[in-house]
Formats: sequence, structure tokens, C-alpha cells
Amino acid sequence: MTAHRDSTPQDQAPRPPHQVLDGTDIARVITRIAHEIVERAKGAEDVVLLGIHTRGVHLARRLHGRLAQITGREIPLGTLDITMYRDDLRLKPARALEHTEIPPGGIDGKLVVLVDDVLFSGRTIRAALDALNDIGRPRAVQLAVLVDRGHRELPIRADYVGKNLPTSLREAVQVRLSDSDGVDAVLVGDRDFTAASRSALTEQGAQAAKPTEPHLPE
Amino acid sequence: MTTYLIRNAQILGGAPQDLLLADGVIKEIGTGLTAVADIEIDATGLVALPGLVDLHTHLREPGREDAETVLTGTRAAAMGGFTAVHAMANTTPVADTAGVVEQVWRLGQEAGYCDVQPVGAVTVGLEGKQLAELGAMHESAAGVRVFSDDGKCVDDAVLMRRALEYVKAFDGVVAQHAQEPRLTEGAQMNEGQVSGELGLGGWPAVAEESIIARDVLLAAHVGSRLHVCHVSTAGSVEIIRWAKGKGWDVTAEVTPHHLLLTDELVRSYDPVYKVNPPLRTAEDVQALRKALADGTIDAVATDHAPHPAEDKDCEWAVAAMGMVGLETALSVVQQTMVETGLLNWEGVADRMSHRPARIGRLAGHGRPISVGEPANLVLFDPAYRGAVNPDSFATRSRNTPYKGLDLPGRVHATFLRGRATVLAGELSEQGGEL
Amino acid sequence: MKRHLVSAADLSRDDALLILDTAEELAQLSGRAVKKLPTLRGRTVVNLFFEDSTRTKTSFEVAEKRLSADVINFSAKGSSVSKGESLKDTALTLQAMGADAVVIRHHASGAPARLAQSDWLHGSVINAGDGTHEHPTQALLDAFTMRRHLNPGAGHDLAGRRVTIVGDVLHSRVARSNVHLLNTLGAQVTFVAPPTLLPIGIENWPCEISYDLDRVLPKTDALMMLRVQRERMNAAFFPTEREYSRRYGMNGLRLAQLPGHAIVMHPGPMVRGMEITAEVADSPRCTAVEQVANGVSVRMAVLYLLLGGATLADAPADAPRTETVEIAQ
Repeated sequence: MTAHRDSTPQDQAPRPPHQVLDGTDIARVITRIAHEIVERAKGAEDVVLLGIHTRGVHLARRLHGRLAQITGREIPLGTLDITMYRDDLRLKPARALEHTEIPPGGIDGKLVVLVDDVLFSGRTIRAALDALNDIGRPRAVQLAVLVDRGHRELPIRADYVGKNLPTSLREAVQVRLSDSDGVDAVLVGDRDFTAASRSALTEQGAQAAKPTEPHLPE
Repeated sequence: MTTYLIRNAQILGGAPQDLLLADGVIKEIGTGLTAVADIEIDATGLVALPGLVDLHTHLREPGREDAETVLTGTRAAAMGGFTAVHAMANTTPVADTAGVVEQVWRLGQEAGYCDVQPVGAVTVGLEGKQLAELGAMHESAAGVRVFSDDGKCVDDAVLMRRALEYVKAFDGVVAQHAQEPRLTEGAQMNEGQVSGELGLGGWPAVAEESIIARDVLLAAHVGSRLHVCHVSTAGSVEIIRWAKGKGWDVTAEVTPHHLLLTDELVRSYDPVYKVNPPLRTAEDVQALRKALADGTIDAVATDHAPHPAEDKDCEWAVAAMGMVGLETALSVVQQTMVETGLLNWEGVADRMSHRPARIGRLAGHGRPISVGEPANLVLFDPAYRGAVNPDSFATRSRNTPYKGLDLPGRVHATFLRGRATVLAGELSEQGGEL
Repeated sequence: MKRHLVSAADLSRDDALLILDTAEELAQLSGRAVKKLPTLRGRTVVNLFFEDSTRTKTSFEVAEKRLSADVINFSAKGSSVSKGESLKDTALTLQAMGADAVVIRHHASGAPARLAQSDWLHGSVINAGDGTHEHPTQALLDAFTMRRHLNPGAGHDLAGRRVTIVGDVLHSRVARSNVHLLNTLGAQVTFVAPPTLLPIGIENWPCEISYDLDRVLPKTDALMMLRVQRERMNAAFFPTEREYSRRYGMNGLRLAQLPGHAIVMHPGPMVRGMEITAEVADSPRCTAVEQVANGVSVRMAVLYLLLGGATLADAPADAPRTETVEIAQ
């Protein structure tokens, strides 16, 4: 997999990923987004946080913690699995479902803030909006993402962005969070390299239970 | 009449010898025969056996010509090395009168591939109520000596006793399909581990064994001959062995499929394995092979039961019971009995020709291979190996459980009274009146 | 998972847990305003019922509709099937109509297996009960119900739980499917029945056998009562209805002998007064009604896992046919 990388010509070799955000950066970004939510949602009175599986859930939990510190209140927190609403279900074998948990107060009339790690094609968010539509009728829906890497395929934008990261389609963005990957980091690298290192990771049965989604165009 | 000189055939598996067939009989046997014949056959490596005799064939005519006719069935018989078959009575109309048995007999004569000896029904319409005109069937041109309600059991003990007694007058025999009807209501397969798991109605061994036990006692009581059709269980073998030990005139047959296949195959729910009596367990198969080897079971009988595709291309419960078997019988016997060392070719000739002919009282069949005897012969190539291909069958039906299975041996030539019905593995197209 | 669900024995432990966990997620749906998911939009599911079964058919139909599948009910009664059309021709018709899955209930044991193995149709075959053979989705909903009561939580199995199944095991497809699945999930199964209602060869099944209900009750975590048809009495399987219910029926006295946490299950329809008294049937420990609700969730899970992802119908015609369905991740 990666063993023979050195033998390929330098200019064609997939570039190893480089880190664009480290743990401190991620913590700072989450704090900033929390403040923005409080500011724009006027104290975040009716906010419900919904993390989109998998890493959006971890980010939503962190955001929830920061908001509690800032507002002194427990903001309702839930999770959303959008598998059943995906538009690419038939491209792959059936996927196992993740847990969807809507907070006890529901979402009717609330300001739902969807939380995800990377905003790319927009298709995940489209599916999440469809899912919300079946669950209830929020007053408004906003979107918070750690990274916006561009290349939208649908008219969707984020309300809170941790970092705008202009990328090429040849590149892959990997978000690693300590909750599932042992470390906090955002990396950008060549898609081919990422794919290769992913399979290497899998083979070694390395730290992460599930390898990071490389956020390829869907 | 065409004469044949067969070079280097291994008679009953013995040393190579030449045979000259002329005028319907074996004219000469020896090494380096100098006679001139119309056709010379190089039989190097081939085993010569007396023409095979089947005690149990369903030719389906009259009534189910979509499954088989006397012509197609006897062509299949010739391809399997048979020179005589007993045609079972469960046709439509049932062969329970002199008229029907004569018709079947005549159709066999006209086809010319194999002697067809009709079996007469024991009871009118196979209904188990009233004896059919057994004497009239015997006195007809067909000369019936074997009587059977095959497919149904003569379960009424009094009726069975009477039939056994009555046929003594003309040296007849009752061939019983042993199946206790109440114990087999809704039966779909052998009752045992597999039926329990598959949820299919069970056909218990005891339903066969209890009837055989009763029948051997009845036959002994009235001093009659009894033939037991398609024995399928180890317990049946024990009862027959006991009866023979008493000196009673009991004979029995086993089918090729019961020598090879087990009820484990039913797990596929493929109705090609649906047959009556049902496929049993591996222990039963071993007991049947042993019994055939030691002579407790006298004969291999095919129970060739052709069915049209639609009667098998369906769910198990509604599928017809039975398998075709004429064209694979000798191969299955080679695999299960010869290659296992249980029988030599002499033994095969005894179980597939001599004894069945004697049970059916067929004068011209099952004779030794010696000068002056009718030239009923089969040349068999035991070295051949190949997958069974139902599309090459001469029978009209394709319901074989051996499709795609590698079976040893194939028939090279079959001679009926000196005339080749099969030559070089191909059916002779001459046919015609015998 | 295999491409079809014909027998509970086809399910590995991972398959079974995946179905139960997925069903647990999908169960939430019943509490929502819009009880519908778009997942199987454009998929055609045929309910092919050769036998009357309002419960199972309705349950499948609700599951299919909640997943937005196009549902076609093909009932043998009043259709060409009852006029002698063969299973094969029916299957060819459904194939021509583009069925992605066929849910089949048939009075002949093995009919779904036949359909799955044949090349009559290419869609998934889901066994909704065949003769006296199997009823795998019933076993799944039973296991789902047991897990909720006895070992709740995603990824949990039924290891060490003692399940007693009482009644007409001989004719029960529910019993056969349950013994396979419960063993896969680690439970210990005991069958209790008069010897006439146990199949030959059951001593080789992975279960215990008892003829004495009262002795087994105190060692039971889940008690499953099977329906006993009154007609069996005429075939001499037992002398009288009264004797059967005295020896093998569930009543208030016997309920008291069960451990406090134990549940009483029944696949329905119940024959009250025969295998179960009204007192037990209506007690809060009887899960019969809950089982019906769980049936919808479990059947949704099966349908989603067999049809929700890429299926053969999506593959090019010349693609190799496989017997398994992979689950992503």
C-alpha cells in the first residue's frame, strides 16, 4: 500500500496530508461558533443542537458544552442519522443505521442548528433537511460546520463556519476527533494518498474504530 | 439377418473372448474366431452381460403419453442395456383387464427395442376393493405373471391373502408396494431428522416394514410367492432376510436411487428428489447395498417413473413422485456395487438379469452367455467417466436426480435376440416388429 | 447477509444483531408525526400470499409502506393461482412486473426456498411462513421482544436467557425458526409438548425437551405459547381439549410459578381457553400485542437491509449474481 511510495516519481506521488487545524485550533473554533450562536440566536433560548453522524455528533457535544459554559443553561442536544434519506443509497450495499435521538422537547417551533464536520457537496445537509421535515416543523434551521471545503452541488450554505478551506477535487479533507480517532486534527491531502493510508490503517487495525470519511464527491 | 462378430469382449468381466451372433442366438464363443460377419465390433475393454431385465418400469402408455410412450420408454430401456422390462399397471386406463395388457404388450412388440412384459393390476382400478381378472390377463397374449397395484399398497390383509393364493394357479407372483396408508397420510419424505427440520410430512420406515412383515407371514401361511417392490429401509432388509431364512418364497428388489441417494438431498426442496418410497438415510443405503450383495435382495429394479417438466418444476408438496432411471441404472450399480467391491460383474448379471427374469418367469431372458442361447446381450464400457446429461436421454422425460453428476460406465451396444437395438452408444433406428 | 431471508438458519449472529439493532432504530418511527421514510422509493415489493394471514400480511404491508416501497398484494384467492397457475408462472409474472422483492406465505414447506433457488425471479425472497417449516421474521420479532425485556441495548444478544416454547412444535414454523435464531443469539431453548406433537429427530436439535410444563416454569425467562389447533384432537395428537389445557395450557396458577421478570409470549392468533387462559392473555406480562408492534419494526429492518442498498436489480444484467448482500461499514 504505502510501502512502495518512494519508487514513484516525485511529482506524481500522492502528497501526504498536511495538518490545517490542530487540537487548539479546533477548540478555539468551537468556542467562536458557540459565541456566534448565542449572539445571532439572541441568547440561544430556543436552540436545539442536532449532530449529524458520525463526527457531527462529537462536535455538537463539544458545542453543547461550550454553550452551557457561556449561557449557564443546558441547550437541548440530539443526534441525527440521515442514512435513510441519502440520495446515493443504491450505490452501495445497505448501511447500518446510527442512532437518531431527538431531545424530549422536540423540534417544533425551535431553532435547529445542524452540526457536521465538513461541508462539501451539500448532499448530506439536503438529506438532513428532509429528515427534519419528517420529524417536525422547526422555526428555522441553521448549519454549523467545522470546515467548508467548497464544491457545492446544491444551493446550501453554512451559517457558522469554523474554517473556510479552499480545496481541489483531487484533495481529501480528513477530520479526526479524539472521541473516535484518538486525536483532534484536520488534514488535507491527495485523495489517492488518503485512500491508500485509509486502507493501510484498516489493515493494521489501527486506533480508529472507523476510518475517517474522506468526503469524496458523492 | 445381420450377423455380428464381437471381438475381445470380457464376458461377465472375464478374459477377452469373441462372440458370433447370428440367427438370433449366440453361434460361437472363443478366442480368435475366424467366422465372417456383416459387422465386426471391437469390444476391447468392454464387459459383456446378459441383456438386463427390469422388474419395475412405468411406461405411462396408455394415458400419459406426455410423460412417456411404450416406444420412448423402450428406447430408453435399450440405451440402458435392457432387453426386457415389466410395464407397471398404473396407466389410464389401469392395466386391469386382458384388453389393456395386450395393448401394452403389442405396442412393445411394434416398437421393437425391448420386450415389454405387462404387469397386471391386482385389484380393479388399483382401488384395493375387488380382485381384477388375474386369470384373464394371464391367459391373454401378454401372458401376465406379475401382478401389482404399484403406487398403491394392497393394504387389505384379506384381499392380499386371496391374491397371493389365487395366482398360484398359474405360477404368478404378487409384487407388493409396501406402504401402510394411514401411517403415510400427507407423507412427503422419509420421516427422520431431515423431515423434522424441513417441516415436511414424514413417511416412516415402519409404514413399509409393517406391511412387508405382514405379507411375508401371509405368503408363508398360504404357501405363495411374494415379491417386494423397491425395498428402501434397513428394517425391511432384516424382515426379508428372516423370511428367506425360514425358506419362504420371498423375493425383493431395490432401485438404483435407493442404493446411492439419501434424504439429505431433500434439504434443497428440489422435487427431482421426490420419490416413493422416499430417499432414506445413509444407514439404509448401506444396508441395502449389503443386502443386494449377499442376495437378500434379489434384483435391481429401476422404478423408472417419467414425469413431464411441469410436474417437477414446482413446489415440493405438489410435485409428482418418481425418477427416470433406465438409462442410468447400470452406471449407478457400477458405482455403488462394483466399484465398492460388493459385487463383481457376474453378480451384476445375476441381480440385473438372471434373477429378475426368473422372478418374472421370462423364458428367453436372463440366460447364460453360452452357445445356442438367445443373443440378448449388453456390451458395457466400465472405463467411461462422464457427467449425466438429461438432454441426451431417450426417455421423453428429464426428471433424473443425477443431472450433472459424474457416473461411471456407459452402454456401448445392446442386442435383442441378435439384433442391435443400440450400437456404438447410438440407438438403432430400425425398430419395427420383433 | 444472504440475498434472501428463507430460513432463520441463514442468519449469522452479526446478521441477526444488525437486524435487531436496525429495528430498534426504526421503532422510533412509530412515535413520530410522519411515520414514513423515503428509503425504498421506487422499489416494488410483492406480497404473495397463498394462505390467509391477515396479521402477517398487514404487518409486512405497513412495514413496506413506511419505507415508501410500491406495494403489490398478490393474493392466491380469486387470482389465477387458484385456477391452477403454477408457482413458477406466478413468479415469472412477478419478475416481468419488476418485483424487487417477494414476500411469500405458502402452505407448502419449502416454497420460498424453491423460489429463491430458481431462476424464475431475480428479486429477494422473504419467507413470511411456509407450511410447517419456518417463519423467520416471526422469530426475529420474538427475539426483538425478548431482548427488550431481558437484555436491552444495541449489540446485545440473548446469551444465557432461558426460553421455553410450549405446544404444537410438530406443526409449528414459529418453533423451527425460533430454535435456529435463539441458538444463534445464545439463548437456551426448551420445548414442552406432549410427545405426539414433537417431530421425530428433535433429540438432535439444539434444545432441551420436556413433557412437564410445571417443572420448567421456574427456570424460564421467556415463555412462548404456541397455538394448538382444535383439529389436532381429531387426529389423535391428544385426547381432549380439556386434557391438553390441563397439562400444557397456561393459566393464572402457572403464571405465578414463573420468575418475576419472565414474560409470556404468543405469536397469535391465540386460542383462548386452549393453550392460554384469558387471565394470562390479558395480564401485563403477556407481550402478544407488543409483539405485533415489534413485527412492523423488524420487518422494516429486514426490508431495508435487503433492499435499501445496491441490489441485483441495480446491477447490469450480465453482472455475476451473488448470494449475499454486503452491509456497508
